[in-house]
Amino acid sequence: MYRIVVDVMLKPEILDPQGQAVANALPTLGFAPPVGLRIGRHVELDLEAADPQDALAQADRMAGTLLSNPVIEDVSVRLA
Amino acid sequence: MKIGVVTFPGSLDDRDAQRAARLAGGEPVALWHADPDLHGVDAVVLPGGFSYGDYLRCGAIARFAPVMETIIAGAADGLPVLGICNGFQVLCESHLLPGALTRNQGLHFVHRDQVLRIESTDSVWTSAYDRGARITIPIKNGEGCYVAAPAVLDELEAQGQVIAYYEGGNPNGSARDIAGIRNARGNVVGLMPHPEHAVEDLTGPGTDGLGFFISVLKALV
Repeated sequence: MYRIVVDVMLKPEILDPQGQAVANALPTLGFAPPVGLRIGRHVELDLEAADPQDALAQADRMAGTLLSNPVIEDVSVRLA
Repeated sequence: MKIGVVTFPGSLDDRDAQRAARLAGGEPVALWHADPDLHGVDAVVLPGGFSYGDYLRCGAIARFAPVMETIIAGAADGLPVLGICNGFQVLCESHLLPGALTRNQGLHFVHRDQVLRIESTDSVWTSAYDRGARITIPIKNGEGCYVAAPAVLDELEAQGQVIAYYEGGNPNGSARDIAGIRNARGNVVGLMPHPEHAVEDLTGPGTDGLGFFISVLKALV
C-alpha cells in the first residue's frame, strides 16, 4: 500500500477571501502581518498498487477528475 | 410539458422549483439523483441547496451522480437545463458551462432580494423577458462568486451568453457583475439567484421569477 498526498490550492489569480481573513486576523494577535497567506486542501490517499508509479498514476487521475477543479485550482500529487 | 426537478441528497429548493413549474403551467416531475432515467421530461431543473453537503467543492460530487450522466448527454442534444444556485455550481463542475463559483468575496452568506438586469433573451429559459428588463428575485448563497479566465469572460459577453447582471450592488464579488450565463446553444442556463422563490406575491418579492419557467414552456410547444 502506498500513501499519496494530494495538495489542492486555488490558482494564484483566484481571490482567496478565507486566506485574506486569516491573514488579517494574525496582526490582531500581535503577529507581524504575513506577506502572503493562502488556504488550500490537503488529501491523504492510501492506495493498493503494484508499485509507486502505479499508485501515482491512479492518484493523478483522481486528482484531475474529482479532487480538484482545474478551472480554479492547481494540484500537486506526491508520495508521502 | 414535463419539467423534471432533480433531488440530490442535500437539495433544498427542489419542491419550490416543482411548485414554480406548476404555477407556470407545466407538469413537475421529481427526478432522483441515483436514477439515470429522466422519465420522459422535456426539461430539467437542478435546484438550489447543498448537494452532498457541498463536500470537497460545491457541486463536485453531484456532478458524478447517475442522473447527471443522462442530463449531460441530453444537454448536448438540446435538452433544456436550468441550474439554480447549487445547480449552477453543478453545471460548472459538469463543464456544461464555463468557469466556476467560489466563496463570496465578503465571506458572508448573502440572503436578500436582488435586482437583476436581463441581458440575453436568446435562451430557452429567458425568452419571455425583455432585454434590459429589471427583475427582483431572492439571492441566498455563500459561494456565488463567479470566476473565469478573462478570455472566457470576454467571449461570454461578446457572444451574448451572459443572461443577467446584478444591479444595485454586486452581492458576492462575481466577475463583471455576472449573475447568470448560458451555453452557446442557449439550452443550458446557470443562475445564482432564485427565480423559483419569486413566483407568488404571498411568499416572495413578487412574481418576476416565473418568466424562466414560462420561457421554457413556450420553447417546448
